[in-house]
Amino acid sequence: MTTSKNSSTGSKRIVPMLCAAAFMLAAALLNICLGASSVTLPQLWRALLSGPGPSAAARILWYVRLPRTAACLLAGSGLAVSGAVIQKVLANNLASPGIIGINAGAGLAVAACCAAGVYAAWAVAGTAFFGAIAATFLVVIVARKSNASRTTVVLGGVAVTACLNAVTETIVTMVPDAALASVDFRVGGFSSVNHARLLPAAILILAGIAVILLLTNELDVLSLGDDTAHALGLKVASMRNLMLTLAALLAGASVSFAGILGFVGLIVPHMARRMIGNESGKLIPFCALLGGGFVTICDLAARLIFAPFELPTGILMSFLGGPFFIWLLLKRKEKQP
Amino acid sequence: MITISDLCVSYDGEQVLHGISASFPEGKISAVIGPNGCGKSTTLRSLVRMVPHMSGTLMLDGQDLSVLSPHALARRIAYLPQSRNVPDITVERLVLHGRFPYLSFPRRYRREDWEKVNEALEWVGLGDLRERKMEHLSGGQRQKAYFAMALAQDTDVILMDEPTTFLDIKNQFELLDQARRLADAGKTVIMILHDFESVLHYADHVVLLLDGSVLTAGTAEHVLRSEQLRRAFDVTPCFYETPDGIHCYVKPERV
Repeated sequence: MTTSKNSSTGSKRIVPMLCAAAFMLAAALLNICLGASSVTLPQLWRALLSGPGPSAAARILWYVRLPRTAACLLAGSGLAVSGAVIQKVLANNLASPGIIGINAGAGLAVAACCAAGVYAAWAVAGTAFFGAIAATFLVVIVARKSNASRTTVVLGGVAVTACLNAVTETIVTMVPDAALASVDFRVGGFSSVNHARLLPAAILILAGIAVILLLTNELDVLSLGDDTAHALGLKVASMRNLMLTLAALLAGASVSFAGILGFVGLIVPHMARRMIGNESGKLIPFCALLGGGFVTICDLAARLIFAPFELPTGILMSFLGGPFFIWLLLKRKEKQP
Repeated sequence: MITISDLCVSYDGEQVLHGISASFPEGKISAVIGPNGCGKSTTLRSLVRMVPHMSGTLMLDGQDLSVLSPHALARRIAYLPQSRNVPDITVERLVLHGRFPYLSFPRRYRREDWEKVNEALEWVGLGDLRERKMEHLSGGQRQKAYFAMALAQDTDVILMDEPTTFLDIKNQFELLDQARRLADAGKTVIMILHDFESVLHYADHVVLLLDGSVLTAGTAEHVLRSEQLRRAFDVTPCFYETPDGIHCYVKPERV
């Protein structure tokens, strides 16, 4: 009788998981099919089978819509999972990839890259990634020197971010061209995505999420608090650093092709937690689905609402996501006064 | 049986334990007592390697604890820290993480882990609240949930750092009774206690610490009646007998 109870909590979660998967799939299909020139589902199927052939529809699909949709899904999943991991590891609901220096590091690297007169897309993506990772390592090293507690990681992140942002501002003040060239990056969007920029990031993001899915129990034990986690045999400091590194890889890879999308990594994990609960084994895959779908829908809206003009996805995301999240907060309040 | 010999620990260059030697018999409740800051928690924490020790040996049934891996150590000794945050988690999931030290590839909890969880929840009487969130429980229920987690860990030794703090009087006795049942079942129970009356009634063996050294050890009555107790706490306990045994009370000293 008691063992049947164990699975019942599991099956209750299957419905939201399927809904999220359906949402992501629908968002992806819509994003592929709708746009300046629409594609029907049969056309999509034929183009997928034929490959990037001679027909205009097939070329649009293979060279524009598919990479762009893949980029939305990857960036959304990567940032949302990264945010969920960081919030768990630091036990801080206001934490997001930004708090461990991702955005500041990538921003500085891109500004420096543009100031040096290098504007090639692959170079910007590469420097953004390594800038993000370097900033996170700086934060982790600072925290490690002072015993790697949750608070020192957050404080170290704030300090490192402030320093890096100061350098970025100095660079763009001295080299105005760099400000102009890096503005796309700083707002965040998908208008300049292509296969070459996407592929290395895609591998990193998928591998990173896979590793995190193997470590969901460790993540939950870690969030019980340092003493309890240690007493259960977890190497607390090394596990926390490993988790932060994985989160940095995910967010850094996403930022490298999508620019700075601050909102996803903060809000999507909160939405996910309200819908499916806080257990990592379910929360992490749910975040991946929800984040991917959410960014894809926002990108679709950004392309369609003011067509033929296109809003940066990052801006639209805050327009849509902010009110939706406030609605979620209010709804919760009604349920338990 | 846990044997500590000549344990020295220091924090940031300041030595806090000066050669502690003590042993804690199995199947008994041992109480560690002493004034605040005397090294009680540090002694317990060094047993689970939460603080590194400079010198001394920690043995469990003749085996050196320092050679065990973190997981192996967590399969031998459970530790309930004094201050715990209230994690966002259900009771049964919390108790399930007591099985974390046994987790192996493919990193999923198995049926026998769930069976241990069910046993532990029944044992502490939280079976009906298993799907509740920790934040929606009372302090006493939370303490029971953590106790169940330690039980699910299925260790020979359970360390508890001030388990009765923040509990009302009924919950205190309930917890101590549960500790007694554990000891009767053959486990080594070591807890830090402050209340002399509880020590007198529940502890089979008492170790008194002062300033990082052992002042005396022995049966509860021996330690509580000793001259060293007066030295450590600067109070004089009074004893009186009733039909159900010896009791102890401390009246405040007039300054």
